[in-house]
Amino acid sequence: MSSFCSLQEAIARNVNDGDTVALEGFTHLIPFAAGHEIIRQGRKRLRLVRMTPDLLYDQLIGVGAADRLVFSWGGNPGVGSLHRLRDAVENGWPNPLALEEHSHAAMANAYEAGACNLPFAVFRGYQGVDLPRVNPNIRSVECPFTGETLAAVPAIRPDVTIIHAQRADAAGNVLLEGIVGVQKQAVLAAKRAIVTVEERVDELRAPGLNAVILPSWTISAICVVPGGAYPSYAQGYYRRANAFYIAWDNISRERETFLAWIRANVLDKGPEAFLTHRSAVNRADAP
Amino acid sequence: MTNPGEFTAGEMMTIAAARALKSSDVCFVGIGAPSAACNLARLTHAPGITLIYESGTIGTRPAVLPLSIGDGELCETALTTVSVPEMFRYWLQGGRITVGFLAGAQIDRHANLNTTVIGSYDHPKVRLPGGGGAPEIASSCAEIFITMAMSPRTFVDRVSFVTSFGHGSGGGARQALGLTTRGPTKVITDLCVLEPDVDTRELVVRSLHPGVTQDTVRAACGWPLRFSQHLSETPRPTNLELQVLRELHARTAAAHESHG
Repeated sequence: MSSFCSLQEAIARNVNDGDTVALEGFTHLIPFAAGHEIIRQGRKRLRLVRMTPDLLYDQLIGVGAADRLVFSWGGNPGVGSLHRLRDAVENGWPNPLALEEHSHAAMANAYEAGACNLPFAVFRGYQGVDLPRVNPNIRSVECPFTGETLAAVPAIRPDVTIIHAQRADAAGNVLLEGIVGVQKQAVLAAKRAIVTVEERVDELRAPGLNAVILPSWTISAICVVPGGAYPSYAQGYYRRANAFYIAWDNISRERETFLAWIRANVLDKGPEAFLTHRSAVNRADAP
Repeated sequence: MTNPGEFTAGEMMTIAAARALKSSDVCFVGIGAPSAACNLARLTHAPGITLIYESGTIGTRPAVLPLSIGDGELCETALTTVSVPEMFRYWLQGGRITVGFLAGAQIDRHANLNTTVIGSYDHPKVRLPGGGGAPEIASSCAEIFITMAMSPRTFVDRVSFVTSFGHGSGGGARQALGLTTRGPTKVITDLCVLEPDVDTRELVVRSLHPGVTQDTVRAACGWPLRFSQHLSETPRPTNLELQVLRELHARTAAAHESHG
């Protein structure tokens, strides 16, 4: 049974040093507030999993929270490199970071295999490319019916998956809609799941677009954190702060400016700062 | 801003890339330069084209170019939005896509692409974002168009890492791997359009953009470049193409500033 609690409590109870942690979100609904709470609580040696590690993982890697990254595309979308990820990989700062690198197709299939309680995923891919040479977790199987050689990767089974969603009802059922990415699979593949939401409502309003509903009993902890996906976005609540993604390029380029930003915006702040961000985006958007 | 009738090399690249697409295409839009070309095609000669982004949006019709492949604009204007596993399993692996449009940091003479590392994998000189959807886009779409600006740093004799398989070591390489799709059939740059030779699958220059010489293209390429026997000049951008492209960029710049 899920339970509403503070973000501080949800992270303290569910995220341990050394855990395999997936904070998922495919550009949309990225759980920034929850990631910042992990930084404030000083978690170490995390094995981070995500298809598209962007600014949030750059921040977690830059403060030294992780020693391993499982991923398929690590960049600042439309802007360029993740400088903290690059510094860790190229220079071992602040600590070396082991990479387990896949393609999107592999990771999407691996999450789904995890949700299906299967040991591995099978798909048609990786033909002719170099990733299998550098990632021993990319293997192949022969189809027992046709003899075709297919790619195989282990299922992803996080200790804890963390996502952000639009809202939860009083009973703790969660709704997300818009670009829903791989969040349903990532939650159902995990031992524990934390969801931050924009708001708690009496009843889930008529779901629009392509809503994903996660029943309360699939979730370990729910936290109401309005604005918790900033600078990414929550469809129907606020837009993506593209200007911040562009600004991150300069903030993160040097270690000193990065650490100063973390101190001022993460260590010295709490989850309530995200409501201010949400209001600022919506004010800029007002006619 | 250029004078009426004049155009930049970047505009020529986007316009030539857009022309490669048909209204009947179902196109998987890669991150970066392809997005402008695909939307220009939709706004000019290919209004019926179905644009698909890997974030799950199918049949999207954005008024401005997205900064990322998952901006809200893509979802709001799409026919439907599916989950990422569904996108890769049913739609891409399922063989529903006619064209994949990719870019890269490095390309070789057989159109193999690198977006992973420059230098060695374990001790890279430059760590790039990685493959994302590209490895399976390159193998599962019926054919692949590539667009990227040309320089000796990007058009290289040997890519550091094969992120996406083009024509491997040349003729017959795709068939040997059991690939039934055509692979890269067109590479559109800021200087010229290249296509693979029928037998060797080596990229050959098919048309030079207006005002570009063979020497200029040769100097921008890291391997000894071959030119088609039927070398032609890329048709100049029309006023309509330039106008639609510039309006698209202007709307995009305004939108990304105001939503900071």
